[in-house]
Amino acid sequence: MEELLLDKPGGKIILLGNEAIVRGALEAGVNFVSTYPGTPASEIGNTFFKIAKKAGVYFEFSTNEKVALEAGIGASFSGLKTLVAMKNFGLNVCLDALLPFAYTGTKGPTVIIVADDPSCHSSAQSEENSRGFAYVSYIPFLEPSDPQECKDFTKLAFQISEKFKIPVIIRTTTRVAHQKAPVKLGEIFRYRNEVSGAGFIKDIKRFVTLPPRVLEMKEELLAKIEKIKEFSESSPINQLYRGQTSAKLGIITSGVSYLYVMEALQKLNLSLPVLKLGFFYPLPEKKIKNFIKPLKKVLIVEELEPFLEKETERLAKDVNCNLKVAGKELMSEVGELNPEIVTAAVAKFSNKKYKFQTPVLKLQVPKRLPVLCPGCPYWLVISAIKKTVDVNKVIFGGEIGCYMLFGNPPVNLQDYLFCMGSSVGIAHGIMKASSFAKATEDKRKLITFIGDSSFFHAGIPALINTVFNKSNPLLIILANQTTAMTGHQPHPGAPATPDGIKIEPIVRACGVKYVKTIDQINQEEFSNTIKEFLEKDEVSVIIATNPCKFVAKKKNA
Amino acid sequence: MPNRLDQFNIVIKGVGGQGLITILQIIAEAALSEGHDVKTSELHGLSQRGGSVEVHIRFGKKIYSPLIAQGRADLIFGLEMQEALRGIYFASKKTNFLVNKQITPIPVGKPSSEKELLDIFKKYTKNVTLIPASDICREKLETDVVSGVYLLSLAVLKGLVPLKPNSILKAIKKIIPEKYLELNLKTFNLASKNA
Repeated sequence: MEELLLDKPGGKIILLGNEAIVRGALEAGVNFVSTYPGTPASEIGNTFFKIAKKAGVYFEFSTNEKVALEAGIGASFSGLKTLVAMKNFGLNVCLDALLPFAYTGTKGPTVIIVADDPSCHSSAQSEENSRGFAYVSYIPFLEPSDPQECKDFTKLAFQISEKFKIPVIIRTTTRVAHQKAPVKLGEIFRYRNEVSGAGFIKDIKRFVTLPPRVLEMKEELLAKIEKIKEFSESSPINQLYRGQTSAKLGIITSGVSYLYVMEALQKLNLSLPVLKLGFFYPLPEKKIKNFIKPLKKVLIVEELEPFLEKETERLAKDVNCNLKVAGKELMSEVGELNPEIVTAAVAKFSNKKYKFQTPVLKLQVPKRLPVLCPGCPYWLVISAIKKTVDVNKVIFGGEIGCYMLFGNPPVNLQDYLFCMGSSVGIAHGIMKASSFAKATEDKRKLITFIGDSSFFHAGIPALINTVFNKSNPLLIILANQTTAMTGHQPHPGAPATPDGIKIEPIVRACGVKYVKTIDQINQEEFSNTIKEFLEKDEVSVIIATNPCKFVAKKKNA
Repeated sequence: MPNRLDQFNIVIKGVGGQGLITILQIIAEAALSEGHDVKTSELHGLSQRGGSVEVHIRFGKKIYSPLIAQGRADLIFGLEMQEALRGIYFASKKTNFLVNKQITPIPVGKPSSEKELLDIFKKYTKNVTLIPASDICREKLETDVVSGVYLLSLAVLKGLVPLKPNSILKAIKKIIPEKYLELNLKTFNLASKNA
């Protein structure tokens, strides 16, 4: 980790994609960093958490991604170089603040990191492709393919943001964020004095999106994007690899897919021209047009939704209307790509024979699903519930955190699973809807699980809604005192921050009458309270306080 | 380099918590110190919690993809026998398997015996070496947390990885935190006695 702060320009060290982003930000002179942890972006925050003080950077784990971005916007408006990091779903959470930020633009250069997770290795919810938000937000998107580019693109993103006064998003995927490779270091930016021009200075025209000014801002934003498009046209991060052009075939790709393409060409002993796009938005349209003009067929290699494929089809209408554009017909829209999928696609595209070496294995070993750690305090909650209620008659609400593993066998306590905070919001709807059910049916009972980090993140408004609009789910807040699933980061209620915010007073202040804070090691009290609270006509809350064993270990160390 | 593209590809298979990423880091550092290009791939978060874990390490003249393609591994480390079996996807006839003689039960399905697992292996490959790494480490070092480092050390000392034992030793010193360094150095020494 200390190696990351090494002052050795030109030296090579092995970095994870996420660590390389941190290094790039340090080389750009970042002042202010905020994040909410989420795999595969978590190591950005974890790394800053460890080195921020030494590096002279302000760092915080914010309550959620929207608050993280808002903090970043405030820092940017005060002239600071700012970085905000999150996973794909975090972008949904902060979208409300993101769109106006494109309109006002930045003062201090600002870079936002968004990590997608094709194949959902570490994500429930959806296989979200954040690229689509480029069109909604008019924010430039860059896509690195390896750790070196993670560092270089982060630095470049700060430069673009500084030049055009606009936030810039770097979009990674799991195989980029969690790829390690040697990275050639540059110089860490050192401030000799205090940051020049820091401090918020009133500028209503710039920071207030009140109509009618907001529409002028949109026009200014569109004009900026036209200029950035020109910048993108001449940017070396949109790179052309010339192959033999006589074949009239070519490949357009970006991100990690580019690495699979180069691997495939090497394996197939092919030499096709490849256009690697570092800019996803705005696209260098002229460059793409020049590339496809002489071709008969072009293969677009991209993961998930065919954004580049559709753009290429559109551009081909202007310059080469007979061009055959291939992509998703050869590679699925579901799941990540890998070298064998891309090799098969490139082989088919170029009529080259290619046989896989081994037959696909029909495996006799059952799947080994992730499970709660041995000694996890959640096991005590599970055992209390299984002892106390008929699990077939109670509905169980799931959420994002270690406790989403309640959905796996042998636990099987999960009847719906959505985003953070939603277990409570959806519970309210289900309880309200139950009044429509036949009177002959049993009265529905519902227990929702929500972690303490999730409660602070997005649970509180949903809890208030159950009080305000009167429904009666039982919430079990799993207060394990850490954000465990993503690597044990602190949160507002965690004792790692001295005097962590207590949950019970918040719950009471929301208007909940039936609240109990219990260490679930007291199984009898826990069981009795579940039984008692399930009979209530109002919302009730149990706060289960037994800590994650990794937190307990740290505390005792 | 046995691979015709001047590359060496290693897949490590195991169960979350077995320290796969540490082994990955040691190999990557050692390869870089010998002047190779290196790429690795690993997973974090949900995928880590006691489930199947797989990491890839590739080194050589020029490496593009962080992922190894089907049938392209030169060496597969199996830190657990059932997980090692899943590695067959990446194996060809030439691939060496170095497998820890250790079975961590899977909560669903019927439990597999060592013999059953070996029989399946034999259908696909002859190159499986079973090493009781966990047992050896528990006996001599009183912990099996280093069984992965033991397997790696053994592989390097036996010449199954085209890296110098000294590079691995240096990498261990660089990667392993002070607190656990002595244990890991002992592990390396134990492997050199048994190699």
